Amino acid sequence: MTRYILRRLIAMPFLVLGIVTLAFLLTTVTKGDPLAAIVSDRQMNDPEAVAAAKARWGLDRSLPERYVIYVRNLLTGDMGTSFITRRPVAQDVLFRLPATMELVIAAMLVGSTIGIALGVLAAYFRNTPTDHLARFFALIGSSVPVFWLGLALLYVFSVKLGILPGPGRLDPRAALPPRITGFMTIDTLLAGNVKLFIDAVWHLILPAFVLGWAVAGTISRLVRANMLEVLDREFILTARSKGAGEFRVVIRHALRNTLVPTLTVIGYSFAYLLTGAVLTETIFSWPGMGSYAVDAARGLDFPAIIGVTIVGGIVFLVTNLLTDVAYVIANPRVRLG
Amino acid sequence: MRQEPLFSVQDLRVSFGRHGHQFEAVRGINLHVDHGEVLGIVGESGSGKSVGMLAALGLQAKTAQVRGSAKFRGRELVGMPRRELRTLRGSRIGMIFQDPLSSLNPVMTVGAQIAETILLHNSAVSKKAALDRAVELLALVAISQPDRRIHQFPHEFSGGMRQRVMIAMAVANDPDLLIADEPTTALDVTVQAQIMDVLGDLKKRLNLGLILITHDLGVLAGHADRVAVVYSGEVVEQAGIDDLFERPSHPYTRGLIASIPDMSEEKDRLFSIEGAPPPLGRLPGGCAFHPRCPQVQPICRTAAPVLRTYEGHSASCHFADIPAEGAA
Repeated sequence: MTRYILRRLIAMPFLVLGIVTLAFLLTTVTKGDPLAAIVSDRQMNDPEAVAAAKARWGLDRSLPERYVIYVRNLLTGDMGTSFITRRPVAQDVLFRLPATMELVIAAMLVGSTIGIALGVLAAYFRNTPTDHLARFFALIGSSVPVFWLGLALLYVFSVKLGILPGPGRLDPRAALPPRITGFMTIDTLLAGNVKLFIDAVWHLILPAFVLGWAVAGTISRLVRANMLEVLDREFILTARSKGAGEFRVVIRHALRNTLVPTLTVIGYSFAYLLTGAVLTETIFSWPGMGSYAVDAARGLDFPAIIGVTIVGGIVFLVTNLLTDVAYVIANPRVRLG
Repeated sequence: MRQEPLFSVQDLRVSFGRHGHQFEAVRGINLHVDHGEVLGIVGESGSGKSVGMLAALGLQAKTAQVRGSAKFRGRELVGMPRRELRTLRGSRIGMIFQDPLSSLNPVMTVGAQIAETILLHNSAVSKKAALDRAVELLALVAISQPDRRIHQFPHEFSGGMRQRVMIAMAVANDPDLLIADEPTTALDVTVQAQIMDVLGDLKKRLNLGLILITHDLGVLAGHADRVAVVYSGEVVEQAGIDDLFERPSHPYTRGLIASIPDMSEEKDRLFSIEGAPPPLGRLPGGCAFHPRCPQVQPICRTAAPVLRTYEGHSASCHFADIPAEGAA
């Protein structure tokens, strides 16, 4: 087990280098000219200004040169400077990462809880109205696009019904708590402001639900299929013959046996959540990596685009590793040397 | 009047399907077993022998309907509230199934599974005490190094060892009745004998009533006290084991006895009964066995035989060598 994790950790830097290279190369094949983002239209006709800008941003150097410089800088934690914000990209991304992680983790909790619950109910009450309802709900989640769902729910619950707050992480009139972790729910608690904490959770509900619903659809379908199979296995009969109640039979014996594939899907749905967060953050004015990436792409802010891609890639690698470790823990039949 | 038996089944019927398309898998079974007694139930796959016993304990499929009576120590099990039935299963009545690999939960340690049976029925027992008891139980079914083995998972055990674990689990709460459904079918012949010895030993030690369900009459020889032969959801013959082997009264029983391989005789082909059991819901008229019966007569096609009993030996065949009812 330890050796397995160690081996995976050793592979990690190479994978990161791959991501860096790919992210770097992809920006060079796009049609957009980064100069357009740096130099104003008026200055474009001034050869001296253009040459100065090129020299300032290193665009006068060859691609391999730029690549080597970029990687060398990256090793010191320098991801370059954003064309738009004129701040270091690393600083920008790290500032926004916690907001995205908070949203994605909340969405994952919502998605897996709803998904597992629906899957179990649908399987146990197979071919009954409960089953059909659960499957319909799952279908909506996985077939309706996030942006449409986000706007629709925002309209209904915030604008029309006024039950849930509008976009943003906090009430815009509220004073921000001192930033410690960047997770609004944690920072408000650390500041000892329970009212603000409740406000933060309240703001998190709608975007987390929108993002989590799609994942819930995938998870519930997988859990249902696996539960159907497990519920017909003989050890379920054994559990009943031992005198176990139905709840215990379903949760402790059946669900526990579907945990392995479920964990895998939850882990890999992280990638979906990271990409889905881009749209959700835009709709809910969530100051995370997603909205940052959208701004960067719109403004041809290449350093920012590469930075977001690399950080997103690393987050994905880490969750994959955690998923695989959880897989080994959950499945006693897998023993990795 | 004789004392109430430990476990008795009267006219038990199990049917599947909805109105209109209903068919009976078990068509009125009568059985009983006492403390310290081994009842063998023998029949082909699909004869309803397992379905009947499971239904008696409320373990039938959701779509099944159960009628008739199954009494355990005088208490009626058919129609008993599920919660009440659960207090009997695993504590007073233990069960063992055919395939010991699929019968054990693959993601729980063996110790946890045995301890669970104890904890489910004894809220006062601590987890630690239940695990200690699990170690004792593994020792009881002759598993070596039980204190180490309880921390292992089912896939780390061999087939025979797994079946021992199942047995340990089934007797964890000192039950009165043990129902073993094809306990040796999935195992090697040598392991089969060991498992039968473990069961026989436990029966003596715990004074259990034991019901052995099997398709192999040979397994019952030397182990069962009485045998009930089931065909198409009915008991067609029931007798003491020696009586049954010496004077089989039903042609089906004679066929079963003839198909036990005999090592002392040299034969090119093993005897087998012609044909296959009738599919559920499409029983032939008259005697259900008549299409396969070597001694079939015109009456067998039209009239269903009545079960006749004489000195504890009963059979339902028009030509059974048993005096008609009342003649005794």
